Amino acid sequence: MSVLDRATGWFGSWVSRGEREAHHDHSKLLLHDPRPQEELNDMVLDAMQRTGRGYWTVVGLLAVLAVGSFLAAWVYMILSGMGVTGLSRPNYWGVFIASFIFWIGISHAGTFISAILRIFGAEYRRPITRAAEMMTTTSLIVAASFLGIHVGRVWVAYWIAPYPNQRGLWPNYHSPFLWDEMAIVTYLVGSTLYLYLPLIPDLAMARDRNLGGWREKVYRALALGWQGTEEQWHHLNLAIKIFSVVIIPVMFSVHTIVSWDLAMTKALGWRSTIFAPYFIVGAVFSGLSAAISVLIIARSSMKLEYFIREEHLNGLARLVLIFSMVWTYFFFADFLTEWYGGDAAGHTIIQLQVSGPVAPFWYAMLFFNIVVPWLTLWNGRIRRSPKALMLITIGINVGMYLERYIIVTGFLRRNQMPFSWGDYAPSPVEIAIVFGSLCTFLLFYALLSRAIPIIPVWEVREGQLSHGLRRLGRATVPTVTELEE
Amino acid sequence: MSNDEYHWGMVIDLDLCTACQACVVACHAENNVPSVGEVEVIRRRSMHWIRIDRLWHGEEDHLRAEFTPLLCQHCANAPCEPVCPMYATYHDPNNHLNIQVYNRCAGIRYCGVNCPYKVRHFNWFDPYVPEPLNEQLNPDVTVRRRGVMEKCTFCVQRIRRARDEARAQGVPFDTSRVQPACVQTCPTGALIFGNLDEPESEVARLARSPRAFLLLEELGTEPTIFYLKRGESHVRTG
Repeated sequence: MSVLDRATGWFGSWVSRGEREAHHDHSKLLLHDPRPQEELNDMVLDAMQRTGRGYWTVVGLLAVLAVGSFLAAWVYMILSGMGVTGLSRPNYWGVFIASFIFWIGISHAGTFISAILRIFGAEYRRPITRAAEMMTTTSLIVAASFLGIHVGRVWVAYWIAPYPNQRGLWPNYHSPFLWDEMAIVTYLVGSTLYLYLPLIPDLAMARDRNLGGWREKVYRALALGWQGTEEQWHHLNLAIKIFSVVIIPVMFSVHTIVSWDLAMTKALGWRSTIFAPYFIVGAVFSGLSAAISVLIIARSSMKLEYFIREEHLNGLARLVLIFSMVWTYFFFADFLTEWYGGDAAGHTIIQLQVSGPVAPFWYAMLFFNIVVPWLTLWNGRIRRSPKALMLITIGINVGMYLERYIIVTGFLRRNQMPFSWGDYAPSPVEIAIVFGSLCTFLLFYALLSRAIPIIPVWEVREGQLSHGLRRLGRATVPTVTELEE
Repeated sequence: MSNDEYHWGMVIDLDLCTACQACVVACHAENNVPSVGEVEVIRRRSMHWIRIDRLWHGEEDHLRAEFTPLLCQHCANAPCEPVCPMYATYHDPNNHLNIQVYNRCAGIRYCGVNCPYKVRHFNWFDPYVPEPLNEQLNPDVTVRRRGVMEKCTFCVQRIRRARDEARAQGVPFDTSRVQPACVQTCPTGALIFGNLDEPESEVARLARSPRAFLLLEELGTEPTIFYLKRGESHVRTG
């Protein structure tokens, strides 16, 4: 069951006690605790309609912050000029690019959990795919907005799109920035379709609740006349199967190209051949952590304890630990080669991180990304504790934001011309925009969580149908029916 | 004019440079480069298309200052060019100049990140030209608004004017008559400009000097500015 737990030696017996207890009572597992279809539907739809005073207070507050912090600061910056940021000559890129990379990273959670775990048949993915896919679409919109925020003349930013124009000029396909735009648009379209496909049966479920008014009309239109016939299921499963394979290379391409924005340049510390896989691993690491945070919030605020259980947190937390190790491996490989190479210019970057102005961020990053997960996540109890996981995963995302902050705004402080060295600190306007972008993400997500069913009921039901218990003598043995023909 | 191709280049003799900053002032006047003011300079947003980099060497009692006039190197293999998605940074194949098209620039600042010499400048705010300096703005040069990159053009307006005048008069284009403002102003003659493709031109002759070297040559940017230096020619203090 858990190789990691066994490997921890004498810790093992204490660590896996919780797990063994869980095994005695199979009904603790979602797929061995089936309920009637109607009850499942009601649970999810009730959660979706649960918009009490608390919900609207949070949404209202987020909306105020999104407009007052994110939009207002952005408009102020457009009207006065990029000078209101903390950017300067060596630091032409700042927290906007760091945030852009961060939000693109968050968007990797959906595809990873949904597509990769689906292909590998990880059963614990079933109730959490939708919540993760919603994160992908939402964070991609926030990430794309940072490309507009970053540029000096946002009113001409649409020139980056290739369209026949009066200037008689195509955009420059040599520029990694253009690859970026192409990859993000592809990923946004692809991931939205991928969110939509498995949603169709659940939209039909919402439609059949007879909400009346415009909502029912919207659900009716979006459900595309879903009746749940044999043929429809066949088509849907085929489409999902194709999409989950196709979306994976798209996901890889996005963060690869984001890393190439940096790796294709001559800037110190950026020109690294391992940046692409390093960034992808970091993206999945931070995306999985964000998915855990969001699931824990959704679980308690929408009363989804039946669907999102300790086993699901445990499964994701294990992946987080593995990705923490892989990320550390890449980090170490990148750092060691730079240090061992002994290049004087490269060493200014090393010194900057170890004892220079970005050292506090650097040590904080190592603490949140390596020390905390390695010391805690081997423990099965911690992996099942929502409170502990909430702290750990938020810490990981702080650490991953710091990683992008260091790589983008830290490395740029040094270059081959020492006269042009200079430090950087984000201005209040930049901080307001970055903070506001988080509020915007949460606002979009909160609204989306009440607009579409956050649990793919049919996937859970499918899983419950294929899982059963059998008596073997006095023991009860869980059995699984293979779904692939 | 059979051949309409020029390889404009510059030689900067560090042994002659006294770091008097006359070239900086001349460039400001010729190219309508705005003065960004003290506060912006402290924030490392100084705007000089040509600037004098000053580096200190040695211990406290024996400090030596080393001065390097630094301007766009008009690299043949310019790192700023491929990264611009708008073709705002563009290589002029006829003049071998690194052109900045302000109207195309959206201010992504990718070129500024990728320029190893850090000679590209961003308009953080709209330019401010206090009176009476507005009276001396050069009508041949556009004023750049906020949000675009700018940098040394080798005074491309002077190159074009000299070429067009020669064409209008029907005489061969004498490239030695073209001088950017910095070269024209340099009191010690440390800056020499010309067509590197003419082997007899002064700039081509000096570029072959054993004292010549390229800045950050190891990066493979192939700059067209040759620096000349021999031995210790620094200003001493203390």
